Amino acid sequence: MLSADLVIATAIAYVGLLFLIAYVGDRRTRNRPGGLLRSPLVYTLSISVYCTSWTFYGAVGSAARDGLEYLAIYLGPTIVFVGWWFILRRLVRISHEQRITSVADLLSSRFGKSSRLAVLVTVIAVIAIAPYIALQLKAVTSSIQAIAGTSEMARGRLAGIDEVGLAFGVAAGMALFTILFGTRNVDAKEQHHGVVAAIAFEAVVKLTAFIAVGLFVLYAGGGFEPIFATAEARGIDTYSSDTFGTRWVAMNLLSFAAIICLPRQFQITVVENSDENHLRAASWAFPLYMLAMSLFTLPIALYGLTAMPAGANPDMFVLTLPLSAGQDWLALFAFIGGFSSATSMIIVESIALSIMVSNHIVMPMVLRLAADARSGNGRGVSRLLLNSRRFSIVLILGLGFTYFFMTRDSDALAPIGLISFAGVAQFLPAILAALFWREASIKAATAAVAVGFVVWAWSSFMPSFQSSSATVAAIMAEGPWSISWLRPEALFGLEGLDPLVHAVFWSLFLNCATLAIVSLLTNRSALERLQANLFVNVFGRPGGSGQSFIRGSATANDLFFVAQRVLGDERAVALFSAEASDTGRLWTDIEPSPAFIGRLERELAGSIGAASAHVMLSKVVSGDAISLEEVMQMADETQQAIEYSQRLEKTSAELRSTAEQLEIANRQLRDLDQAKDDFLSQVSHEVRTPMTAIRAFSEILLDTGELKGAEREKFISTIHKESLRLTTLLDEILDLSALERGERGWENQPVDAEAALDQAVQVCDALARQRGMEVRFASRAEAATVAADPDRLGQVLINLISNAIKYNSAEAPEVTVSSRVENGEYCIEVSDNGPGIAKADYSKIFEKFYRGRQAGPDQSGAGLGLAISRQIVARMNGTLELVDGTKRGACFRVTLPLLRETVV
Amino acid sequence: MAIDVLIAEDEPSILEALDFILRRAGWTIGSVTDGEAVVEAVRRLQPRMLLLDVMLPKRSGFEVLKQIRMSEGLKDLPVLVLTAKGQAQDRRIADELKADAFVTKPYANAEVISAVRQLLGEQVGER
Repeated sequence: MLSADLVIATAIAYVGLLFLIAYVGDRRTRNRPGGLLRSPLVYTLSISVYCTSWTFYGAVGSAARDGLEYLAIYLGPTIVFVGWWFILRRLVRISHEQRITSVADLLSSRFGKSSRLAVLVTVIAVIAIAPYIALQLKAVTSSIQAIAGTSEMARGRLAGIDEVGLAFGVAAGMALFTILFGTRNVDAKEQHHGVVAAIAFEAVVKLTAFIAVGLFVLYAGGGFEPIFATAEARGIDTYSSDTFGTRWVAMNLLSFAAIICLPRQFQITVVENSDENHLRAASWAFPLYMLAMSLFTLPIALYGLTAMPAGANPDMFVLTLPLSAGQDWLALFAFIGGFSSATSMIIVESIALSIMVSNHIVMPMVLRLAADARSGNGRGVSRLLLNSRRFSIVLILGLGFTYFFMTRDSDALAPIGLISFAGVAQFLPAILAALFWREASIKAATAAVAVGFVVWAWSSFMPSFQSSSATVAAIMAEGPWSISWLRPEALFGLEGLDPLVHAVFWSLFLNCATLAIVSLLTNRSALERLQANLFVNVFGRPGGSGQSFIRGSATANDLFFVAQRVLGDERAVALFSAEASDTGRLWTDIEPSPAFIGRLERELAGSIGAASAHVMLSKVVSGDAISLEEVMQMADETQQAIEYSQRLEKTSAELRSTAEQLEIANRQLRDLDQAKDDFLSQVSHEVRTPMTAIRAFSEILLDTGELKGAEREKFISTIHKESLRLTTLLDEILDLSALERGERGWENQPVDAEAALDQAVQVCDALARQRGMEVRFASRAEAATVAADPDRLGQVLINLISNAIKYNSAEAPEVTVSSRVENGEYCIEVSDNGPGIAKADYSKIFEKFYRGRQAGPDQSGAGLGLAISRQIVARMNGTLELVDGTKRGACFRVTLPLLRETVV
Repeated sequence: MAIDVLIAEDEPSILEALDFILRRAGWTIGSVTDGEAVVEAVRRLQPRMLLLDVMLPKRSGFEVLKQIRMSEGLKDLPVLVLTAKGQAQDRRIADELKADAFVTKPYANAEVISAVRQLLGEQVGER
């Protein structure tokens, strides 16, 4: 048995150590930003303030009574942290941007900076947390009593002090301690690095202590298996089938809500967060911490149930097991662990609550009562703030003690904690709506939180006084005024449910329903819309410093709002910063001079036109409340107009590119049109030429009857020849036009190319002889089969050979034909020793109606032959090209792919 | 040895027909079949007028006309332009180059005769 004096001395010494850590921590962060104290590790450890003495002692008790149910308390937070991306990330970002200091501040800020909502949330938080504080007091009190025993000898200085007195002493000590800790100075960002350092240290202490006890139990019980086996032999049902029922679901929901809504969790996770990326580490490290913390819960509980005498309080197994084994120092260590759990919770919770109380209730009241106090210096306000916090801390611990006093007859720790969880869970719907639902309105949020609170107070909070108040007991049994459907644990006739499930169901259901319905029925004010946008779009806005500057003079605020909405953050900030440095005042203290308003108006006019700018500013400056809303509306519309014009700009850029494409298409069309005109002009010329001869000779024949027979014959044959030429021309035009459209009037079939070549040479032989020349063969391919049409291939070859004959003006004209097979292709070359084709004409030679300038006198063709030949060869998947031949004349080459069988 | 009309035309049939009708009308005729030969033939044959086809090989009728109008001693030669394209643009170019008359193929023989007569400054029935 340890003496009470020793226990208390140890506790005080431990508190002194904490104080030292906090002091050093504050100094270090002030001197050197960053470092260990701003690391993800310390951040994660401080978050474990979630694990209070309820976890340290109560989880064992809960496990002893209800088996695995206690796990639900860890599961909700695990989900929230693993899914940090969805909720926590938003909360942290928004709170940094908007300088949010608490849950109340968050909701108030989101819903149009409503002070009424802030007050409501603060009041609810203080009331809902009272049972939780009481739980810590009870745990500390019980633990002191457990460790110090009940003998008068051991009680030492505690002799004659009962449980209530002890609890009061603990509460008073805690209040003093927290005041010393948390209200030494006022930080603008409400960050307490020293406190966080101490909390992180306590996290290590409580985890180590708990694991130490766990290991001791394992050692004493002979390992996991024997402990479980013994428990089973004793008939202890660890895995009761109804563990995972509705109550379990409700507990998961509550712990999910608690890790977000509990004022101390919000303080540590969101407000004290110095780097958004720490969340990433905490997302796995914190669940890991909770796992380590819960690892030994069940073994301790089971071993306690088997090793301790019946009737021993399972909540105190962590202490009583080592004590009964004579391990006094381990018990003292465990006591310090539990003490750590309780103190860290109380410190952070009361700091968080005191910030809420002083910021949202005390300060507004003081300022209203003494309007002149505003003109006082900054020190006065700061001291006022600190005093109001100290007062709040006393009030909060006082309420906790009161609750403890009224419910002191209840044994278990866990149910008390769940009452608090259910209370703060009433903030969850509003918080989620704040983050994700733009349409949620202030009226809806206020009503929802209020309804949820009333239902909770009736069905969960009030019943906890059942044992201490006869009235409450009567209401519980009969309902108020004997209205049975208002019985706290059977509301609206819903009976047979676990009281916790019942309370959670009705309070959250009515809370959510109110939020949704009232939101849909009410309109939002301009400021609400503005804030809703800032919150819901927290990751959608560029820059996004929000309006962290807007605190202070109302007129400057309003002007800044308007400037920000119209000009954007950057320009508005630049404008106000310039004014601030010109006047030597603080940003927030700018008193808008006429010159400044004029400058602002000019800036606004640049964006929205002079008239609108003037109307806007005169409305703001005249300070009419309704006009401000109108102005915000106007500013919003301006913003929309700006966005619209940006969209237009984008659209017009798209239009420009479309126009460019159209322009290109147009140019191509014009070129095509020009080509068509040129073609028609050429056709016209080619048709008119034979027509001219025909007409001229016809008229001659008509005019003069006395023409001689021979002359007459000659003229008539010219007319005939020119008519044929006309026909050929028209045929060729149609042929070429069809080929150019991609039509092919034939099916490619296997053709003996060599035979076709022989035939073509034969056809041209007569023409060659007429010119006194010969078509000579050079080397020939042995045999070649190509996919072609024999007549069309012949047409091409005849065209090439006859051209070579016709346009050869050499003295000893010569045409050479050769063929060969090469790389799977069949190749024919027709070359002559004529004047050749100028390099400049190489590209034009295949154009329609093109004739070489040096063409000879016989130009019976229309200049379409080569164009047609090239098209025909292309339709046979080959090429016709003009190449540099071996002789000085022209050399045309036809290349056709060989059919496969001949490749072999 | 001066001639009355020099014909510059590359189409053999048309040249033959023109030659026939102009000779029949009583004029003396010379001819060339490409653009490069025209100026030299004008200097050599000293024609009273030139009947010039536009689509000539080697050098177009318009190029020839331009050269004639810029040559000392030739610029006043009456020139009748013959074109088979018959578009407004050809007529405009001919006017700009100071052609004296313009006939579109296919023409009526009488049209050519009358134009030639006019350029030669002869009245109907003078010969």
